[in-house]
Amino acid sequence: MKKQSVFERLANAPHLVWSALFIIAPLLFVVYFAFTDRDGGFTLENILSLSSYSGTFVMSLGFSLIATTVCFLIGYPLAYCMSRASEKSRTILMVLLMLPMWISLLIRTYSLMALLDNGGLVSTFLTRLGFQKLTFIGTEGAVILGMIYDFLPYMVLPIYTSMTKLDKRYLEAANDLGCNGWQTLFKVILPLTTPGIVSGVTMVFVPSISTFYISQKLGGGSFDLLGDTIERQFQNAVTYHTGAAISLVMMILILISLAVMNKFSDSEEDIIV
Amino acid sequence: MKFLSRFYMALIFFILYAPILVVIVFSFNGSGSLSHFSDFSLHWYRELFRDGEALSALKNSLFLAVTSSVFATVIGTFAAFGISRAKRRYYQVAVETVSKIPMMNPDIVTGVSMMLLFVGVASILKLSNVLGLWTMLIAHTTFNLPYVILSVLPKFRQMDKSLTEAALDLGCTPAQTFFRVELPFIVPGVISGLMMSFTLSLDDFVISHFVSSPDFKTLPLYIYNQTAHEVKFSMYALCTLLIFVILILLIAVNLAGSAEDRKLRKKNRAGAKGGRG
Amino acid sequence: MNKDILIRLNGISKAFDGETVLDSISLEIHDKEFITLLGPSGCGKTTTLRIIGGFETPDEGDVFFDGKRINDVPPYQRQVNTVFQRYALFPHLNVFDNIAFGLRIQKRPDAEIRQKVKDMLAMVNLKGFERRKVSTLSGGQQQRVAIARALVNQPKVLLLDEPLAALDLKLRKDMQNELKNIQHQTGITFIYVTHDQEEALSMSDTVVVMAHGQIQQIGSPTDIYNEPVNAFVADFIGESNIVDGIMLADRSVRFAGHTFVCVDGGFAKNEQVDVVVRPEDVDVVPVEKGMLKGLVTGVTFKGVHYEIIVDVDGFKWMIQTTDFVAEGETIGLYIEPDAIHIMKKSEFSGMFGDYSSFSDELDKLSVITEDEEEE
Repeated sequence: MKKQSVFERLANAPHLVWSALFIIAPLLFVVYFAFTDRDGGFTLENILSLSSYSGTFVMSLGFSLIATTVCFLIGYPLAYCMSRASEKSRTILMVLLMLPMWISLLIRTYSLMALLDNGGLVSTFLTRLGFQKLTFIGTEGAVILGMIYDFLPYMVLPIYTSMTKLDKRYLEAANDLGCNGWQTLFKVILPLTTPGIVSGVTMVFVPSISTFYISQKLGGGSFDLLGDTIERQFQNAVTYHTGAAISLVMMILILISLAVMNKFSDSEEDIIV
Repeated sequence: MKFLSRFYMALIFFILYAPILVVIVFSFNGSGSLSHFSDFSLHWYRELFRDGEALSALKNSLFLAVTSSVFATVIGTFAAFGISRAKRRYYQVAVETVSKIPMMNPDIVTGVSMMLLFVGVASILKLSNVLGLWTMLIAHTTFNLPYVILSVLPKFRQMDKSLTEAALDLGCTPAQTFFRVELPFIVPGVISGLMMSFTLSLDDFVISHFVSSPDFKTLPLYIYNQTAHEVKFSMYALCTLLIFVILILLIAVNLAGSAEDRKLRKKNRAGAKGGRG
Repeated sequence: MNKDILIRLNGISKAFDGETVLDSISLEIHDKEFITLLGPSGCGKTTTLRIIGGFETPDEGDVFFDGKRINDVPPYQRQVNTVFQRYALFPHLNVFDNIAFGLRIQKRPDAEIRQKVKDMLAMVNLKGFERRKVSTLSGGQQQRVAIARALVNQPKVLLLDEPLAALDLKLRKDMQNELKNIQHQTGITFIYVTHDQEEALSMSDTVVVMAHGQIQQIGSPTDIYNEPVNAFVADFIGESNIVDGIMLADRSVRFAGHTFVCVDGGFAKNEQVDVVVRPEDVDVVPVEKGMLKGLVTGVTFKGVHYEIIVDVDGFKWMIQTTDFVAEGETIGLYIEPDAIHIMKKSEFSGMFGDYSSFSDELDKLSVITEDEEEE
């Protein structure tokens, strides 16, 4: 191949410098803080003390797994229905799906809170129907609902994309070979849309497990998820060492699960709109 | 079956939009109630515009979105060029992977790690109060970069290599080739990267939350603070305004995109005809 | 023809990912020459062209231009311009701006640019096309713009990489003539790459036949056709019957069980050789007058002539004749001494020149796959 010119070699230089300073270096700082004490000496104390947060880890994991599962159960049929719609309505459905993704999650969480609030529409409506006064805000259900509501579009979009890419002839072939509707779904469509499912699951699970404002707004401060713990460590605590340790562990867990999931799919690119 | 699927889609989209609609509707509610719509009023909007803090947050947000998206687009476009030209495959993969870290990492980790960097460097240099405009600018540029690279890099890879060679052949230096031939070709990717960066920056709350200071607040930070304890109807007004701005931006991008598509399709048709003739 | 050497390749080797593409190529290209690099896909012809253009650097060997070594001179500093395989016209520029591109880079005055582009458009018969978008042009028109864009810079050498491959047959023939005329008019050295032997023979002053990263033969089209050096060249250029023979003495060769008089000499006594006889050089005669006799196993009408396959003791000959012969007929074959061409044995011996598995479709098919592979 031709030798590279100076321009070609230098074009990437600003980006390399930037990545080193602002992507790599910050992560090294996380590692550094996680393994040092207040005086800068090496210690495993921070990592070991995480055992006292095991309840938080379990609760966060539980909440986000439930949210991810529900998102999948709601989102997969939705993506399927959307992909079966006529071309014209597909464009509209696509815009409808993407619009919430572009609205700040903060705003959407806040609007959900408005709906579920004690004086809000839902509780007023239910009281009128004769139910006793229900409190949503501050329950586990509200937090999980918030996750589902916030991140559902991120589950649907990649699955929808991989469904529209699906060659119709596979379905015809399956029918031809004697599959009925359900068999086609489970034996052909589901396996062929795995890459979309993997991206969708990733895109719901990662923000769910690391969120803090959903639990703050909808959990009414009564649930401490991983995100809340980290946030509090950094906003209020005197030292950052424990927060850094939690962040490090969470990041490693997530990167490992991303790597494992990506083994199942090669088209991670699809997730970007 | 058809009816069932329509009903299902309608139901889910209704649930998806109901809270947003509630916010929009009740932002025009004269009385401060979340369940009874009394009279149409712009009261909360007036209150919002009287709030100097909201306006300065808006100004900060716009400034930050513009500068960080331009920075990210310039750096990212050159980076995509460099990556696409890199000779060794593993180098390409390594650089791409590193640049994607802020995209794959949870926002909170990105935010925390940058905060630690800024605070750590500041303590080494014996500075105080480093957080503010500059740290926000750096953080936003950083998380915008992978999106720019991701939208520009495929354009470089799509480009026929012989276009570049033709420019070199006709006397362009590699730098001239980049500006005269490659850049015009990848412009659509650059624009979509810029737009995406702009909206991401405008939207970002989590990362900003960790690297900002009380004297440099963006809109999402302002909303977060305002809504910390009580329901504020002026925030409904602000959210409504933001939703409409995003709606308009989204429509603009889609229109631009479909115009580009039409042009491309026309071109392809002409090309096919040319090939036969 | 001016015999000054303009470009000299000296022992050029090139490998991609450990696979040798060029194996110590040496070649001299003269000023104002129309030289064609001819060969099947993967023979290294395009790589040779790209090394001359500056798009690849050789692993070994040197490239000289006007006596100066230019291995490390980048493309934009070479007095060479290229017409690319799929034209590579800039999609964001119109016809005028495409052609003016090189001149603008050289910062020529506007008036000069306008004049030169106008002249070029006239030369390639595209007057009045200045403002057209390149995407609205037909393949042939795009081709002309590509040629104009390269020639307007008045390069010393024009490199053409299969420029006609994407055009249909009729247009290709017209463009062949036009290219030849342009080369005469401008007096620029043309280095032309193709896998189409007809194109090579009809356009070139010199043909370089390449295979397996090596040059097999360099010569004028008539030399290459009439005096191929080995079985590969004989088979690649036109149709050939290639049979094993033994040189009994100068001007006497024995093959197919018969001793023939021929015009070649200079081989050792009883040397094993390859004998080439072109299909059009075999005369069909009554059995009793024939030097060989054989059974007609296939007849195909080709318009100008019939192409018949004749089985002579198990070896199938292809013969082109204007007389009709029926399948199953036994005929005699007569070969004039000057129709017999003797070649030394080579690595290609025995690989070509037997028509026992011949089929028209197969031939075409392999050409198509070659086209696709050439990249």
